[in-house]
Amino acid sequence: MNTLLARLLAQTNIDWPPVAPEDGTFWLPPQASTQAPQTDLAFYFIYWVSVFFFILIVFLMTVFVFRYRRRVEGEGPRVNVTHNTPLELVWTTIPLILVVVMFYMGFRGFMDLMNPPADAMDVYVLGQKWNWNFTYPNGHQDTELHVPVDTNVRLILESQDVIHSFYVPAFRIKRDAVPGRYNKIWFKATKPGEYLALCAEYCGTQHSDMLARVVVHEPGMFEKWLADASDPFKTRSYAEVGQLVVTKRCGGCHSIDGSANVGPTFKDLFGSEVKHTDGATVLVDEEYVRKSIINPQAEIVAGYDPVMPTFKGQLKDREITAIIEYLKQLAGMTSTLSDVGRETEEAAPAADAAASQPTETEKDSE
Amino acid sequence: MATIPADYSAAPPARDNYLTHGRGILSWLCTLDHKRIGVMYLVSILAAFLLGGIFAILIRTELLTPEKTIMGADTYNQFFTLHGAIMTFLVIIPGIPAALGNFVLPIMLGAKDLAFPRINLLSYYLWVAGALFSVLAIVMGSVDTGWTFYIPYATDTTMGGVIPVLMGVFVLGFSSIFTGLNFIVTIHKMRPPGMGWFELPLFLWALYATAVIQILATPVIGITGLLLIAERVGQFGIFHPGLGGDPVLYQHFFWFYSHPAVYIMILPAMGVISEIISIFSRKHIFGYHFIAFSSIAIAMFGFIVWGHHMFVSGQSTLISVIFSLLTYSVSIPSAVKVFNWLATMYGGSISLRAPMLYALAFIFIFGIGGLTGLFLGALATDVHLHDTYFVVAHFHYVMMGSTLIAMIAGIHHWWPKMVGRMYNEAAAFIAWVFVFVGMNLTFFPQFIMGAHGMPRRYYNYPPEFENLHQMSTWGSYLMAVGFVIIAAYLLHSLFAGRTAPANPWGGATLEWRCASPPPHDNYPVTPTAGDPYDFSDLKYNPQTGDYESDRGPAAS
Amino acid sequence: MSTATDAESHAVHEHPPHLAHHFDTEEQQFEADVQGMWLFLATEILLFAGLFCAYAVYRAHHPEIFYHAYKQHYLSVFWGSVNTALLLVSSFTIAAAVWCAQHNYQKWLVWMLVATLALGSGFLVVKYIEYSHKIHSGLLWGTGFNPQKHGHGHDDEHNDAHDEAHAATAHADEHEGDDALHDEPADAGASADTSAEDQLQWVYEPGGTGPRGLLEPGSAIELSEDEQVRNVQTFFGIYFLMTGLHGLHVIAGLLAITWLLVKALKGHFTAAYFTPVPIVGLYWHVVDLVWIYLFPLLYLIH
Repeated sequence: MNTLLARLLAQTNIDWPPVAPEDGTFWLPPQASTQAPQTDLAFYFIYWVSVFFFILIVFLMTVFVFRYRRRVEGEGPRVNVTHNTPLELVWTTIPLILVVVMFYMGFRGFMDLMNPPADAMDVYVLGQKWNWNFTYPNGHQDTELHVPVDTNVRLILESQDVIHSFYVPAFRIKRDAVPGRYNKIWFKATKPGEYLALCAEYCGTQHSDMLARVVVHEPGMFEKWLADASDPFKTRSYAEVGQLVVTKRCGGCHSIDGSANVGPTFKDLFGSEVKHTDGATVLVDEEYVRKSIINPQAEIVAGYDPVMPTFKGQLKDREITAIIEYLKQLAGMTSTLSDVGRETEEAAPAADAAASQPTETEKDSE
Repeated sequence: MATIPADYSAAPPARDNYLTHGRGILSWLCTLDHKRIGVMYLVSILAAFLLGGIFAILIRTELLTPEKTIMGADTYNQFFTLHGAIMTFLVIIPGIPAALGNFVLPIMLGAKDLAFPRINLLSYYLWVAGALFSVLAIVMGSVDTGWTFYIPYATDTTMGGVIPVLMGVFVLGFSSIFTGLNFIVTIHKMRPPGMGWFELPLFLWALYATAVIQILATPVIGITGLLLIAERVGQFGIFHPGLGGDPVLYQHFFWFYSHPAVYIMILPAMGVISEIISIFSRKHIFGYHFIAFSSIAIAMFGFIVWGHHMFVSGQSTLISVIFSLLTYSVSIPSAVKVFNWLATMYGGSISLRAPMLYALAFIFIFGIGGLTGLFLGALATDVHLHDTYFVVAHFHYVMMGSTLIAMIAGIHHWWPKMVGRMYNEAAAFIAWVFVFVGMNLTFFPQFIMGAHGMPRRYYNYPPEFENLHQMSTWGSYLMAVGFVIIAAYLLHSLFAGRTAPANPWGGATLEWRCASPPPHDNYPVTPTAGDPYDFSDLKYNPQTGDYESDRGPAAS
Repeated sequence: MSTATDAESHAVHEHPPHLAHHFDTEEQQFEADVQGMWLFLATEILLFAGLFCAYAVYRAHHPEIFYHAYKQHYLSVFWGSVNTALLLVSSFTIAAAVWCAQHNYQKWLVWMLVATLALGSGFLVVKYIEYSHKIHSGLLWGTGFNPQKHGHGHDDEHNDAHDEAHAATAHADEHEGDDALHDEPADAGASADTSAEDQLQWVYEPGGTGPRGLLEPGSAIELSEDEQVRNVQTFFGIYFLMTGLHGLHVIAGLLAITWLLVKALKGHFTAAYFTPVPIVGLYWHVVDLVWIYLFPLLYLIH
């Protein structure tokens, strides 16, 4: 069940959350945004006030219990005061002043968080069961959030199904993605590195696997990443792109090794016949795959729940073709478009070097 | 520990009392006696607590490892939903008012019964109906929405149990309303001579404040539940974004009730603690007026803070700021109560018997639970901590750790009055250690996890949290052992307990002048009340283990 | 024993037949009953308050929906006025019934209760006429909203500047739906059925344009005359929920009055004991009162 998380952690090699003192404190994760120090200041102010009062209360309680314990049943009290109005006013007023300060500290940080600077880079964040999809200013969509360091980034959140909540502990930001409206939040990352974003609003079966990698790039590296990521076809064959898309977008629910998951496995799927909930048996061909991606609720394979969201508009036609090619490959067929996708000769060796297991299989079959 | 009187007799109470007044199952099921209804409530609520507790233990067991331990993700989601719904609606909200309040309130008032005994029985059966709906929900395909039923998840889920659970919530709402209505009218109209508003025992002030919330907030969860059912069945489009509705409006509706509801849970608990601290310190409660008014203040302020559940939901910034400020207003009366309890203990004659042990545990746990609320009221920190285990730990400290501990304190306090038997104090001490240590071990690690960003309702979790999760799980097992011990010695006391005197602890409120267990009509004549916290005329009688008053028993 | 002053009010005295054992005097019992009823009525008001609140939120953020509903004359002011009159008169008759009970006019009590029953039933009959007309013309809530006479779809054109790829698909779906609706208005019921079946396939409005609850100040959508009004179904969602819940209360009130009538016919109410009459009377007044608010809020929008 935990494949997405395991894969993410394996990919990233990040130790999350770093509890070690150099990366964070006993109470809080590391600070990686301009918001974090503000939030942590408020946290520790409240923390120390609380610790003081808690120790005071427990100390007094313990002292009283020992000092005034009843030695003989029926023994009366030592003193008999019933009220003291000045004292009551003192212990009403002091907490009142303290909580006003607490409110103010929280208020300052929150106002900052709610008012994005005008020069912020906009990234659209779409929450859906159970992954995040980020749309960059150039239109590129990705399942990872990449941002340049020391840059104001505004996230515009929306949801395609139920309410999700985008949460990056290291940035101390969280905001609900609510269907039917746009919510906004911003941050300015201060430390290059990799962080984890989570879904904090319960959204169903794989709520706890709805994670995303957040990469903060060194100055200048973000643009390079965006250019590379924007066009996967530049350096890959159709089947390779298909593998990439399947890993990112489908892997949470569909396995590629035949193991059971939320949806049917992709292994040997293409060319086989599947039985639907309405009893019909259908051949899995190009048309079928495309239909299943665009309108997944139309026909449901027997034994599975109708939970797949539509990917219409999220996957380009070319990407769907790439998925089809990859599925053929998983079914041991020859990809009809195996090399057509390569647009430049120079890119070919790089793609070969990056080629993984399924690509080798493809070569074998050739 | 105080010395336990040597006089030990296992003979059953011979007198006619409310337990022996009628015989047979029907004399219980059709009773209009508030004491019997209170006892039926107590038994039913404890049964629901057992069910909710089993779910809790299963959830904690699943969380022993970061991945699958004993159940799948869907099962896990159903279990935490059922745990939350059962514990909130069936156990903690009715717990103290309906069970202990029903039993104690009229006796404390020197009255024969509540103002509307039939409505009281109706309210009990509505509770039963609500419980049956919950069972029906499990049978009809369960629920996996979380106890908050957020839209659109709750309207779109394929689980078949959503509507039965909502029907249950609706029906339980009426049960709660009728209890509150009964209490308010009874306190207004049936106080005995000599009991003005400021001679009211503080438990009754607390129940009164609670009843006000029950009356004013519960109808809103009723209409919210109906609208959600309408949304799910008829697609009315008030809340569903697919039809032009607003899912955040649902959250406002839901929390307009569910936030005041936490004061329905905690206020009676505070009332119980006020009684116990004073009696077991044998000292007049300190700052009576401040405690009484703080109950009312909490009830009032509790209505204007619900928006702090939605700081990250997309409600307007201005609204969030106002709600944050108002939220802090609730912390002041709560702090005032704690300081007054400490001042009551100062210079008292503190007896560490079971009810007092739980009261002290309450102050400790409520201290942590209340203070961690400050983190969640501040806007910036709440953005980080919202929907993490920090919140889970916070509300378990106040709901489970405070309300439930206070309920157990109250059960121990009034047990001799209810059943006419004393329980084994040594066993009670051992159970207390288990519950107290288990409670803190379960929930304190969750604060650390939450502050580090562990979201709630997670089936899988990052392996870094494994140690903290395991501590939490072991803690829950300790607590479970504690509860089993409590059940064992309380059941044992029913059959073999020492006969309880009328006033074993030396209380000055009216119920301690009534026999243990009280007769069917409580008082043959309406007694005259005095200061409920004046213990000076109570003399301890080592032969009977009873505190005897110059004023004599109110009932014989 | 307790103080001697207490003894006088007790068991030695004979209890009047209607005095429960736990009350000392009939006056105390009557006051308790009435106070209890007032508290219950407070909860009834709060039950409706949720719906009034929903109304206020949508009215504030989407006045165009309500204005549109007014301009289209979806609701009949005539029938609404008739109902208001019926309930107002029934309020008078139930008040008269209470007076009769107090003064022991048993025969008039019966007649006043009968009159109230008749007026209340008349209200329900009018409501039935209105509802069946709405159902017939497709003026329903949610996906069922499909006005046939008026021909105004809930969203004919999307003129928004939202061109995000993910939103675009939603638009496309909606366009298809709308076209079908315009070509074959008679087929509306069928299309409503299909969308009811596919609960999971909601078509979301692009973010930020749906009703927005308590959102940022000043972000309410401006009303302009020529703009196509969307989400009119929300008006009917609110209309049916409010009048439906009120209708259920009318039915409950009529049942209670019938019960009073039966008891009155048996002569249970005397000048010494008539508590149920004012109690039910209070309830009926609240039912009227809610309608007095519903009528202008729903029928008299300007």
